[in-house]
Amino acid sequence: MAVMERIDVHPTHEHAGYKLRPGKPFPFGATLVPGGINFSIYSRHATSCTLVLFAKGAPQPAVEIPLPDAFRIGNVFAVVVFDLDPESIEYGYRLEGPYAPQEGHRFDPSTVLLDPYAKAIGGRDSWGVPPDWGAAYPHRGRPVYDDFDWESDRPLEIPIEDLVIYEAHVRAFTQHPSAGVKHPGTFAAIREKIPYLRGLGINCLELLPIYEFDEFEGSRVLAETGERLYNFWGYSTLGFFAPKAGYAATGKLGMQVDEVKALVKALHRAGIEVFLDVVFNHTAEGNERGPTISFRGIDNKTYYMLTPEGYYFNFSGTGNTLNCNNPIVRNLVLDCLRYWAAEYHIDGFRFDLAAILGRDQQGAPLSNPPLLETLAADPVLAKCKLIAEAWDAGGLYQVGSFPAFGRWAEWNGKYRDALRRFLKGEAGLVGEMGQRLQASPDLYRALGRGASASINFITCHDGFTLADLVSFNEKHNLANGEGNADGTDDNHSWNCGAEGWTEDAGINFLRQKQIKNALALLLVSQGVPMILMGDEVGRSQQGNNNAYCHDSPLSWMDWGQVESNAGLLRFAQAAIAFRAAHAVLRNRYHLANADYVGSGYADITWHGTQAWNADWSAGSRTLAFLLDGQHARGGTQRDDFVYVAMNMHWEAHGFELPGLPAGLAWHVFANTGVAAPEDVWAPGSEPVLADQRSMLLADRAVGILVGRRPAPV
Amino acid sequence: MAFSATLEIVDGEARITLAGELDASVAPAFREKVEAAAAAHVGKLVIVMAELTYMASAGLRGLIFAKQKMGGAVEIVLVGLQEGVRETLEMTGFQHSVTVVDAY
Repeated sequence: MAVMERIDVHPTHEHAGYKLRPGKPFPFGATLVPGGINFSIYSRHATSCTLVLFAKGAPQPAVEIPLPDAFRIGNVFAVVVFDLDPESIEYGYRLEGPYAPQEGHRFDPSTVLLDPYAKAIGGRDSWGVPPDWGAAYPHRGRPVYDDFDWESDRPLEIPIEDLVIYEAHVRAFTQHPSAGVKHPGTFAAIREKIPYLRGLGINCLELLPIYEFDEFEGSRVLAETGERLYNFWGYSTLGFFAPKAGYAATGKLGMQVDEVKALVKALHRAGIEVFLDVVFNHTAEGNERGPTISFRGIDNKTYYMLTPEGYYFNFSGTGNTLNCNNPIVRNLVLDCLRYWAAEYHIDGFRFDLAAILGRDQQGAPLSNPPLLETLAADPVLAKCKLIAEAWDAGGLYQVGSFPAFGRWAEWNGKYRDALRRFLKGEAGLVGEMGQRLQASPDLYRALGRGASASINFITCHDGFTLADLVSFNEKHNLANGEGNADGTDDNHSWNCGAEGWTEDAGINFLRQKQIKNALALLLVSQGVPMILMGDEVGRSQQGNNNAYCHDSPLSWMDWGQVESNAGLLRFAQAAIAFRAAHAVLRNRYHLANADYVGSGYADITWHGTQAWNADWSAGSRTLAFLLDGQHARGGTQRDDFVYVAMNMHWEAHGFELPGLPAGLAWHVFANTGVAAPEDVWAPGSEPVLADQRSMLLADRAVGILVGRRPAPV
Repeated sequence: MAFSATLEIVDGEARITLAGELDASVAPAFREKVEAAAAAHVGKLVIVMAELTYMASAGLRGLIFAKQKMGGAVEIVLVGLQEGVRETLEMTGFQHSVTVVDAY
């Protein structure tokens, strides 16, 4: 059968030898179409638009194509340019319009602008290579192919309550020489570390921002040390659709899109989901004094929250605030997430300073933010996990009240703070711990959000690592060059008796124990646990609790610790495996504190040094709970009994054990008060507890028992 | 060295021999050979790359095109990759989608 030749692939216009046709307004961005590339860009206030094409890497344009009036539909300029090789070009725009900052307009046609929808961005192709500061067009849009061979891959759709999230920085994860990888600090290198991640047992890798950013933004050399500081974490986006080229071993070849997709495909094959940390609260353009790169010159008044005088609102703490509840910006966010979900098979997103996404265009918090509702209801994002950092730098704190629309989970900052204070032995915490260990029903239950709304963490990239949390009372941020004034003072940390490193064996044993206590409680808590990169091997930032600017061993994971802290790693692996082995720890909904299956035990019961009699008094530092496995997952699965005893007192205590049904016996999974290797056992191989009536816990120790039928002798 | 791509079809097997530098300017010539191989309904596509000194993104695109154009049932064998080309394929993970051998 002959297929009729398409007529719409023929040019109608010409400029300087380039053949053109009016473009399609959707989709925005550069899209490969038969015979050419469709370029489409929105601007409400621009009076004219010029497409600027470059040969790849060339400082000066190859051609500037002013778009005829006929190429504008509504507020969208669109053109098809024929016979372009997508591999060989870069593109940008010049937009004419008013320069009237007091009215919110900052058009500047002398600047070539980056397309907000650019799917790849040239200009920072290799990490840390000093750029040409005088370049007329530093961050350069590139078209990309969508031809990646996914085979049968798709997002894994693991239920969120079954996840153990591992938060990592692409470069810091493998840049240390000890990583022993072929291309340190890259997406490709993470592929080499998949066996390690599988061995650890995590099933979700959450990457700090990978959207293109400029590591040289705010970069400076610290006079005291001569060290160059970078925008290392990357919470400052240049383009929301482009992966960071400098994180790709192939960035200099322009294949970063393929490299990221290959990583996602490989992680999926290993049963590991991929979450991205996304930063929609601000951009890299800063405030009035910042550079014009993209949004500011395309339609400042649309993209940014502006004061009535035309200055930038600063709810992000970084100079500007993306105008998230402007309908155009809402669509940008939606298009971006759909693109990453559909084209990159991303499994979930963690939204940095997400409270900003719920502010209106004047900055006031909305009761039903349309952006959050749109994302929650979106068909493409329907199976993606959506996680909010439910606060912002403008004082809006929404832990427990983030508008969830039945979908959103939250970084539970109250879990972090309560666990830290309880672990260091503060009194008055047992009542709150009763909530936090159950996935904070005080925060989430009334709204019907379920246990999986609570992303539990004790440490994350922002703040102390776990090893530092038990080794430093104070932050030590002098290496940041801000006189130790940056970073939070609200650490709830305890150095166990000496500030920093010590030869004192007692202190070091206590620190190891405290790290194990933290990991143990994190992994037996209801909700979804998140572990910070390297905490499983005692990674330290030398007391720095805000290492955002360090591309150095201060931030990098030292793989030598996999050997030197093998005992800690073994404990972490066992604790993660224990969670995987026990469905009773992984409930989607909150526990009922009642026996609704007729087993004779409530789903959770509370205990202390006396069984059935928890000490909830203000001075108490001991607590225990018992989970009845017959209530696992709402009574739909059968599991063992799991008993967890916590002694955060500085003296040893005996814990009287609740009785088990006839035929079952208590087995010891973990006792952090005992030296390795008897601190933990592989799930399934736990030995029977000698004394079935009580368990002695050393000072500051956690014990975890399994109640099941003993293996036949 | 100038780029060249040649195609032979022997006993239901297609063999494309590449030499020189495969970049955007010459990638269409490679794709033409792949299309011809696909049209011949062969059971296997062997791409000899021993004389291929460089492969840009456009070359990777050509291989991805070959993989999807030939269909899942057709084995693609890459032969004699030089170090730089091999490394490019490994960094993008493409070596998992094909068979890579030193000699054929």
